[in-house]
Amino acid sequence: MAGYVKSQIQTPRRSLRRSTDEPAWVRWALTALAMAFAGVFLFLPLANVFAQALSLGWQYYQESIAHPHTLAAIRLTLLIAAICVPLNCLFGLAAAWAIAKFEFRGKSLLTALIDLPFSVSPVVSGLMIVVLFGAQGFLGEWLRERGIQIVFSIPGMVLATVFVTFPFVARELIPLMQAAGSDQEQAALTLGASGWRTFWHVTLPSVKWGLLYGIILCNARAMGEFGAVSVVSSHIAGLTDTLPLRVEKLYNEYNAAGAFAVASLLALLALATLVIKTWLEWRVAREEQLAQQGPMLSAGDIAGNSVEK
Amino acid sequence: MSIQLRNLTKRFGNVEAVSGVNLEVQDGELLALLGPSGCGKTTVLRMIAGLEEPTEGDIFIHGERVNHVPVQRRNIGFVFQNYALFKTMNVFDNIAFGLKVKKCKPAEQQRRVQELLKLFDLEGLSQRYPHQLSGGQRQRVAIARALAIQPRVLLLDEPFGAVDAKIRQELREWLVHLHDELNLTTIFVTHDQEEAMEVSRRIAIFSRGRLEQIGTPREVYEQPANEFVARFVGVMNVLETVVQNGVARCGELEFPAHGLDEGRAMRIGFRPYAVQISPDLGQYRYRAVLRHTFFLGIMLRLELELPSGLTVRARMTKEEYNALGLHDNCEVSFQIKAYRILAQEGAPLPPETSQIIEMPPNLGEGI
Repeated sequence: MAGYVKSQIQTPRRSLRRSTDEPAWVRWALTALAMAFAGVFLFLPLANVFAQALSLGWQYYQESIAHPHTLAAIRLTLLIAAICVPLNCLFGLAAAWAIAKFEFRGKSLLTALIDLPFSVSPVVSGLMIVVLFGAQGFLGEWLRERGIQIVFSIPGMVLATVFVTFPFVARELIPLMQAAGSDQEQAALTLGASGWRTFWHVTLPSVKWGLLYGIILCNARAMGEFGAVSVVSSHIAGLTDTLPLRVEKLYNEYNAAGAFAVASLLALLALATLVIKTWLEWRVAREEQLAQQGPMLSAGDIAGNSVEK
Repeated sequence: MSIQLRNLTKRFGNVEAVSGVNLEVQDGELLALLGPSGCGKTTVLRMIAGLEEPTEGDIFIHGERVNHVPVQRRNIGFVFQNYALFKTMNVFDNIAFGLKVKKCKPAEQQRRVQELLKLFDLEGLSQRYPHQLSGGQRQRVAIARALAIQPRVLLLDEPFGAVDAKIRQELREWLVHLHDELNLTTIFVTHDQEEAMEVSRRIAIFSRGRLEQIGTPREVYEQPANEFVARFVGVMNVLETVVQNGVARCGELEFPAHGLDEGRAMRIGFRPYAVQISPDLGQYRYRAVLRHTFFLGIMLRLELELPSGLTVRARMTKEEYNALGLHDNCEVSFQIKAYRILAQEGAPLPPETSQIIEMPPNLGEGI
């Protein structure tokens, strides 16, 4: 329909161009505004991070990063991400599967709950962990009796990060799985495949790009999370500082160059994420394009490869 | 006997999708489940496959009750309406999937898939992905995949729904030939009566979850068990008549109704081929104007408009049409050779009235 209308409009090109297209100056002004905004608020700060990081020279930059506390922060950040990403990968797959393939009571509630971490301030997320597991919290007594420390230590930071990054994988997979339906899975079942085999050979391959996309975003957020982690961390340098907390600490210690040096690592992570994300989007778009072209490409085959005998 | 359904019933919440279906499918039979959308035919098919659990009743396959046998172990080939090919696998892997699951040796897999590719005329396409195939090719891959596991029964859900008209025709003939070759018990679901007539040896007609009739295409066409079947299979002129002075009347058309009460309503149906037409206005009893002629290849469908405004559909061959010298908007006379009573007010139909009634001469010939 849209295509039909468009092709009709294009015939009397001159007279209608003015009514459908915006005047040149509007287009230029809007483009310039968007570019200027991106330049001032996105590119300049990013460039500034690297400029500040290197302001005291390459030597100082290297030393800042090689500082034992910074190295410890890198290790902790990687550890938290290494725990959170697989967990949320699992939760995300389970939640997306449940929402896309089953009908059950409370489905819309679950869908809404998945989005909760997006709509709640990270600080509140951190406080929720404190309220739940802290000394005065619901489970505080029980945990203390058993000598388990959650708040103000690494388990609490992991929990806070898991909570904050929960929606990424699920959000990516739900629309994909809903669109795919469950016919392919049912076909696999009729061919004798177990549920487990069906999942690994049919379901997972068909959502792999979406899953990877979700994992990349989840990882970026897990490594960059500040608010929630800050609330539940005991801020002990070399022990419970992640990279973002380390940046804050260095900055508060008036070590701007050091702070920016560590910040540049996070900025590099962001850039790498962006590149992978763009590549994934390109892949998915290309596959969709191929899928749409497919039947047309093979139209010739129908004639050549006589359909029936 | 290959498949037996006993009092099969399926409820979704309060909705009864399938009610008390009893059906027997012979070994090697090609059976169509025909009915309008939402009549429960697909649910019956899915219950046989094990994709849906019956609420009541039993399913037997080769004499074994399979109600609680999971879908994986029923060994049934199922072809989905939109084919449900594995889109991340190429044609070869799609067909080999069931063999891999069964832990078939790689050499045996290779041999079996090659055999199927050849049988299904897909040899050059084994490395293609589903999105690179045409509708007809996809369907053949789907059937090949279902047959790879050497199923006891082949079930197809609207197998020709997703391809265009020309290929559909070819696929129908192909399915008949395939069935002749494999002699595998096959059940397919369709809403297209023409398709059911053409492809299957027996047709089971469903409406609102009930099995209305099962029989050969000829039986259901010529001896429909009830009004639904009579109206659903083939084209039928349907008239609402009222008994007046011993005849059932609708507009100027009259049918015998001896001994029936005045004012009783009767629904009467007659097939287009039961209408005889002549350009000689004195030859038959009724007059009409030939409004439209539809060319359906060798057969023509004619639309007659009566003075009262009633429309009657007739059909004849091209030769008859030319011999009579008919043309649109010409005046003709016609008679109805035979009809059947579909329903009558206040009383169930006596069984014999479901048969075709020959029109008595006094109500047929011209005066």
